Amino acid sequence: MLSKTLSSKLKKTALALSAGLFLTPTISHADAVNTTGLAVTDDTVTVGILHSVTGTMAISETGSVQAEKLAIEQINAMGGVLGRKIEYIQEDGASDWPTFAEKSKKLLVNDKVAAVFGCWTSASRKAALPVFEQYNGMLYYPTFYEGLEQSPNVIYTGQEATQQILEGLDWAAQTKGAKKYYLLGSDYIWPRTSNKIARKHIENVLKQKVVGEEYYPLGHTQFNSVINKIKLKKPDVVFISVVGGSNVAFYKQLKAAGIDMTKEKPLFLTISVTEDEILGIGGENIEGIYASMKYFQSLPNENNKKFVEAFKAKWGKDIVIGDVTQAAYLGPWLWKAAVEKAGSFDVDKVREASPGIELTTAPEGYVKIHKNHHLWSKTRIGLAQPDGQYKVVYESDELIEPDPFPEGYQ
Amino acid sequence: MSYGLRSFLPKNDMINILLLAVLIMVIFPLSMDIFRLNLVGKYLSYAFVALGLALCWGYGGILSLGQGVFFGLGGYCMAMFLKLEASSPENTAIQSTPGIPDFMDWNQLTALPWFWEPFHSLGFTMIAIIAVPVIFAFIVSVAMFKRRVGGVYFAIITQAIAAILTILIIGQQGYTGGVNGITDLRTLNGWDIRTDEAKYVLYFLCCTLLIGSVLLAQFVRKSKLGRLLVAMRDKEDRVRFSGYDVSNFKIFIFCLAAALSALGGAMFTLQVGFMSPSFVGIVPSIEMVIFCAVGGRLSLLGAVYGTLLVNWTKTVFSESFPELWLFGLGALFIGVVLAFPNGLAGVYSTYIEPRLSKWFKDLRSMRPPMASSTADTRS
Repeated sequence: MLSKTLSSKLKKTALALSAGLFLTPTISHADAVNTTGLAVTDDTVTVGILHSVTGTMAISETGSVQAEKLAIEQINAMGGVLGRKIEYIQEDGASDWPTFAEKSKKLLVNDKVAAVFGCWTSASRKAALPVFEQYNGMLYYPTFYEGLEQSPNVIYTGQEATQQILEGLDWAAQTKGAKKYYLLGSDYIWPRTSNKIARKHIENVLKQKVVGEEYYPLGHTQFNSVINKIKLKKPDVVFISVVGGSNVAFYKQLKAAGIDMTKEKPLFLTISVTEDEILGIGGENIEGIYASMKYFQSLPNENNKKFVEAFKAKWGKDIVIGDVTQAAYLGPWLWKAAVEKAGSFDVDKVREASPGIELTTAPEGYVKIHKNHHLWSKTRIGLAQPDGQYKVVYESDELIEPDPFPEGYQ
Repeated sequence: MSYGLRSFLPKNDMINILLLAVLIMVIFPLSMDIFRLNLVGKYLSYAFVALGLALCWGYGGILSLGQGVFFGLGGYCMAMFLKLEASSPENTAIQSTPGIPDFMDWNQLTALPWFWEPFHSLGFTMIAIIAVPVIFAFIVSVAMFKRRVGGVYFAIITQAIAAILTILIIGQQGYTGGVNGITDLRTLNGWDIRTDEAKYVLYFLCCTLLIGSVLLAQFVRKSKLGRLLVAMRDKEDRVRFSGYDVSNFKIFIFCLAAALSALGGAMFTLQVGFMSPSFVGIVPSIEMVIFCAVGGRLSLLGAVYGTLLVNWTKTVFSESFPELWLFGLGALFIGVVLAFPNGLAGVYSTYIEPRLSKWFKDLRSMRPPMASSTADTRS
């Protein structure tokens, strides 16, 4: 032990001497950029990837794993982070929340990873969060979620609820003249919080009416009764936060009930159906609905074209890219930028450096980390096409400030 | 007295239990870092359930596919106490209603529901951890067994109860934390359960309770009650015609299994730091039956080893092959059940134990000639 610290001290002095003597810009020594014992060597740094690749969530989380691996590969091709190649250890959360906690602990305590890119559902994040706070790890969390959280140990690269919802509702009210709304969601925290925010906004800000609000258990497949209620109450907008497999049943039953979604009577506005879900639902079954989120695969900008091309080159040409996949792709890039700004892999220094980090190369355009650890981002409205893609019909003018604890909406 | 002890704890069983105790209380703590040890602690909390299953399924012939319910009830009782302690008004000052658990605040509750109130008290919680599941098990089993519902029907009903309770917990998220469960638990009566030191203490507490439970189960197994259970399993009518009220014994053993599961659930919450409906439902309940089946349902210790083996394999496979591990685990189950219907315990008793005892016999038979030869040289 003594000899180890001695030799590392010697190394440090030697390094300082050599730097001082020759004034050459050398790559800083591992000890200098890592004072907390993370898995950093002179030419590598280890990070963790923690998603479900088995179980019910695998279908959703696979895209995030692919995006994170792509980003890491691209960063390595550019020379890595602080001159170090990124190596990753992948763990499987197995769609099981305690497993997320267990694997987070393994990554932080045993593997000493410098950062973790992972978690998808709120439940998995809630399970892993205490571990990240206890062992002071850094988690880059990609999913759009309900807000009401702001941990010093998490960077939220997806949108929080207000960013995603308010712009969509304003758009429906202004361009489509919507007056009556029907709120529909799966029964768990994200849809409930989202609809709470939506209802307050509709009633207090837009001064319009909510004519119905309903929830169905996760995995529910019988939507006939709610479809009848929608027919009866004739809302202008059905605002939907149904998740997972239930979507397939819901949109097919809508179509079977004779509702033509392209007629926009009512207009269907979802915050949960990305291109990934459409793959399961079938483009022809969902044509004509609108989605409000920050990213669509069809976004017409240069960054995105390059990203889509690289993604398809690596993972196959038939693959689709949804909102969360893109947000997951931002994780490693934001971490790289923060590490380089801090000049260190230390979690505390990375955290300090994070607010204000900008990314001009993001596929969604320009993003910036807010001091509340969420991202400033734009919100777009997409119109579902029969080929399973969205056509972008609207984009917010400005970056929207993240507001995880929205006042007046709680 | 010594006769009584011997009859409930024959030498073989005593040695085996001692070996288990040495393995989990000496060898594991010495050979593992605290992270791995905490994982083993988590597995051991499942072992309580497997132990209960060995009693009620292996000996009593009552297959329950809903042990997760009792595991969950015990775990939730513990979690409610810990959550209330973590939700002091100072800790939750940013909420609209400080002093209530965070998930209640998100669900627009403005006051603590009445059934949460008693969980402010540690004493009440300790009693509730056992009492709530046992009362529930009692109601269920009285309703079933008094009407002579058994076998497959009972298994299906327990499975339905597991499904119902999961839906109830998820649906009532304002009161239960929903899908997310009850997370971010911190202290037990001011004692931080997240530190390494606390994890050691909890691990040894878990081991002690487990060994105690094994001894209790052993006592039940060797008592007259245990022999009646086996008789009931094999020929229920004959026991009934002999004048015994079969249902009472079934109710008792089912409640005992529920109590053991609940104890495991409480230890789980303490060691893992949260509780969620994903331990209550059908899948975890069936997994717990698998632990017991792999270990050998006719063996109490087999259940413990089975739980350790399955979970350890799960962890190792999933760490080494994150995308393929489920197939490996599935193959292991099928292999074990096909090749060794009596599980690990069956393997031990048919292959290893005879050899061991033969080896011991050989050792013993070798000694006397040596002794006599030394005697010879002396004379």
